[in-house]
Amino acid sequence: MYNKSLNELSAALHSGEVSSVELTQYFLDRIKRYDGEINSFITVTEEQALASAAKADKSIAAGQAGKLTGIPMAHKDIFCTDGVKTTCGSRMLDNFIAPYNATVVEKLEDAGMPMLGKLNMDEFAMGSSNETSFYGAVKNPWDSTRVPGGSSGGSAASVAARLTPIATGTDTGGSIRQPASLCGLTGIKPTYGRVSRWGMIAFASSLDQAGVLGRSAEDCALLLEAMVGFDEKDSTSVERDTEDYTSTLSKPLDGLKIGLPKEYFGEGLDAEVGKVVEAAIDEYKKLGAEVVEISLPNTHLAVPAYYVIAPAECSSNLSRFDGVRYGYRCEDPQDLTDMYMRSRGEGFGSEVKNRIMIGTYALSAGYYDAYYLKAQKVRHLISDDFRQAFEQVDVIMGPTSPVTAFKIGEKTDDPVAMYLSDIFTIAVNLAGLPGMSIPAGMVGGLPVGLQLIGNYFAEGRLLNIAHQYQQLADWHQQVPAGYTD
Amino acid sequence: MAWETVIGLEIHAQLATKSKIFSGASTAYGAEPNTQACAVDLALPGVLPVLNKEAVRMAVKFGLALDAIVPSRSVFARKNYFYPDLPQGYQISQFDLPIVANGHLDITLENGDTKRIGVTRAHLEQDAGKSLHEDFHGLTGIDLNRAGTPLLEIVSEPDIRNAKEAVAYMKKIHALVQYLHICDGNMAEGSFRCDANVSVRPLGQEEFGTRTEIKNLNSFRFVERAINYEVERQIDLLESGGEVVQETRLFDSDKGETRSMRSKEEANDYRYFPCPDLLPVEITEELLNEVRETLPELPDAKRQRFISEFGLSEKDASEISANRDIAEYFEQVATGSGEAKMAANWIMGDLSAHLNKEDMAISNCPVSAQTLTVLIQRITDKTISGKIAKDIFPDLWAGEADVDALIESKGLKQITDTGAIEAMIAEVLAQNPSQVEEFRAGKEKLMGFFVGQVMKASKGKANPGQVNEILRKLLKA
Repeated sequence: MYNKSLNELSAALHSGEVSSVELTQYFLDRIKRYDGEINSFITVTEEQALASAAKADKSIAAGQAGKLTGIPMAHKDIFCTDGVKTTCGSRMLDNFIAPYNATVVEKLEDAGMPMLGKLNMDEFAMGSSNETSFYGAVKNPWDSTRVPGGSSGGSAASVAARLTPIATGTDTGGSIRQPASLCGLTGIKPTYGRVSRWGMIAFASSLDQAGVLGRSAEDCALLLEAMVGFDEKDSTSVERDTEDYTSTLSKPLDGLKIGLPKEYFGEGLDAEVGKVVEAAIDEYKKLGAEVVEISLPNTHLAVPAYYVIAPAECSSNLSRFDGVRYGYRCEDPQDLTDMYMRSRGEGFGSEVKNRIMIGTYALSAGYYDAYYLKAQKVRHLISDDFRQAFEQVDVIMGPTSPVTAFKIGEKTDDPVAMYLSDIFTIAVNLAGLPGMSIPAGMVGGLPVGLQLIGNYFAEGRLLNIAHQYQQLADWHQQVPAGYTD
Repeated sequence: MAWETVIGLEIHAQLATKSKIFSGASTAYGAEPNTQACAVDLALPGVLPVLNKEAVRMAVKFGLALDAIVPSRSVFARKNYFYPDLPQGYQISQFDLPIVANGHLDITLENGDTKRIGVTRAHLEQDAGKSLHEDFHGLTGIDLNRAGTPLLEIVSEPDIRNAKEAVAYMKKIHALVQYLHICDGNMAEGSFRCDANVSVRPLGQEEFGTRTEIKNLNSFRFVERAINYEVERQIDLLESGGEVVQETRLFDSDKGETRSMRSKEEANDYRYFPCPDLLPVEITEELLNEVRETLPELPDAKRQRFISEFGLSEKDASEISANRDIAEYFEQVATGSGEAKMAANWIMGDLSAHLNKEDMAISNCPVSAQTLTVLIQRITDKTISGKIAKDIFPDLWAGEADVDALIESKGLKQITDTGAIEAMIAEVLAQNPSQVEEFRAGKEKLMGFFVGQVMKASKGKANPGQVNEILRKLLKA
């Protein structure tokens, strides 16, 4: 049961082979059994999940169910959930219960999916290893001495261990694709503006985008269909009809033009990882695709530009956490300044504080032009690189992460090494494009991800391209040892 | 040394939208603390602002009325600073690309001359909440009802040269925003307030002196007093060899003085940057045309027309045209009664007195324009005298709407029957023989006494013109 696709689960629910309550209980039991080891959940909402499952069973019985009705899932703890604690991985929000649902939460609730709980993450989504969480590091189910990637590390680890059939995540600089890669999953970050950000706690508003981590492209397509759409509560969401991603999954890939940016295969890329990626791309040739080398000449500027823009926005976005209205407040504040300084000093972890400091500096009078404004110009250059590339090719492919899952603690003292984990994913966020990672092989028993980058609103095409590969390969079917019974 | 004062005003006009600039919460004034603040106003995690289109239209309307530039694209920016009543930790405002730029306004100086004041820009922004320092014994309470209320900040060029000009400019903007129905102008409730940037320089010097900013002036009188105090303070300082420090000052209306609030060094670095939660505001030609069509006749045009069309004096026309509702009321009465001068006198006299006494806007006035029109008609057709009209005005104010029925029921119809008046006069003369003799001996001042007696005898109903005429005839007989 644990390794079934969403379609298979849906069929089992509709045929009466299993009820949603049974299925939900089954995954809750797996969480109880395995999550002590991997620490992927911050909150498990057993009672609520079973109540939603019972409701789903009624709709199934009444013939009013949709494709997703009754299939349990879990949310990254960055999405606000009415009545259930939303921490964003931070001590600052350890006591925070939102009085509203994020639009994503609302939509999946409406789709009839019981929520198993809220998933661990890097604090305020700032990290690439899930080590910055106030609730402790998440461990990679493939090797519990290693990181699952981040910031959606809890989402990745929980799906990899099959503690939930599927999970939501968010991606600001690679936070869905990199953990998907490190945990052997399929992950998709749609075009900026495709999924509403309402109720999703902001890290860097112009880059943040919600998406999915699942087993397969088909599973991701099913969940993403239910998540996208214009939301009048988010001014940056795009007015565009919803799409049926599943119906286009089986389109043949004859004549598909794949671009390989030479900048993605040079320095910094682990040789073994590179071989796996190249082998996967060769598979696409068998599917009728044509491969051309392209150039994204400003790739090397993406990380520096990102580490100005994202911290700048975060320094402002996180100002609301001041101990005044909700969240953590220090003991016995002496005066206003003391309350601000200690509440924020004690409530935020060190990575969050680093980024607030960087961002505050970058926006300061006298530095704004040199940093923020320049970074925005670089952002335009990077978007332009992609625009030109998509005049030649249909999809861009390359590695998702330069390395496989690294050891817990390995990069915590070297922020630059940590930031380079996202060297291949960040440019996609700066340009606002959709990106995916699909499992493409193994190196030393650890998963390697292939990154797919599409043109604006080409989510359907990306899912189709990923799905076709998954008809040939079975990497996405593999479950880490120790989680198979 | 002769000094010249240089003043620039930043006026904050609260826009009269029903809901807040970025949320659906109500903007109504005076509710229980924190009952009109939704998740967005509280800046809970994950919430997002959505721009109120009505606030944009109002700002555009203001721009068009000022003959300013309304650019096709303007951008919201975050102004970052920490304060307990600023829930987001930043104010969403506009910085380098405001919604209105380069306008101007003509003010009338005391000597009757006209002076043009440049309006550098006007931008949209959200108001903060309120910190309540009383009632909480060593703590501060926060009321976020006002948080997120839309403001239009109107920034003038440093074209103003004294406190009187500043007040004239502020009054003119005050009248304009009310005219446009974009601000209720209620200064006591803080809907219209200003900051004054004040500096002095030796007369003839081109370079500006160091300026201070006086914050939160919420009455015309305070603006005048604060500026005058500040100018004097700066001149005294400079003449005694001191220097003006660039700083923010507060006006203490009880003591009539300004005092330092924070210096330039303590000023925040606001770290402005474009707000990533909001798209740039696009103003289309279509919207401009649509808003242009809703523009009312503006105060200056109205004043000119009241002079040419209704023959009002410059002074009366200015006073009446300053408030759009009063101007419209006037126009109805003037047209309906055909007596513009009388209409103006009634409105500026008894009607204003009653409104002021009850602190009421003319839009709530219990005496409708129609009622006042009939009252004036009854004076001109001699049904009642002006005196009677004044006497019954309180009844109309109290809710009586039918002037004719009131005149009828109180038996106030003017006596115009010559015979009846003659009889009353004969009786008065008979009762006052000594005065009659004195009058006939040349003490013509007694005329007033006789008129008064006759009017008293008629209970005010005798037509005064006829009384005068007949009295003269009978006394001289």
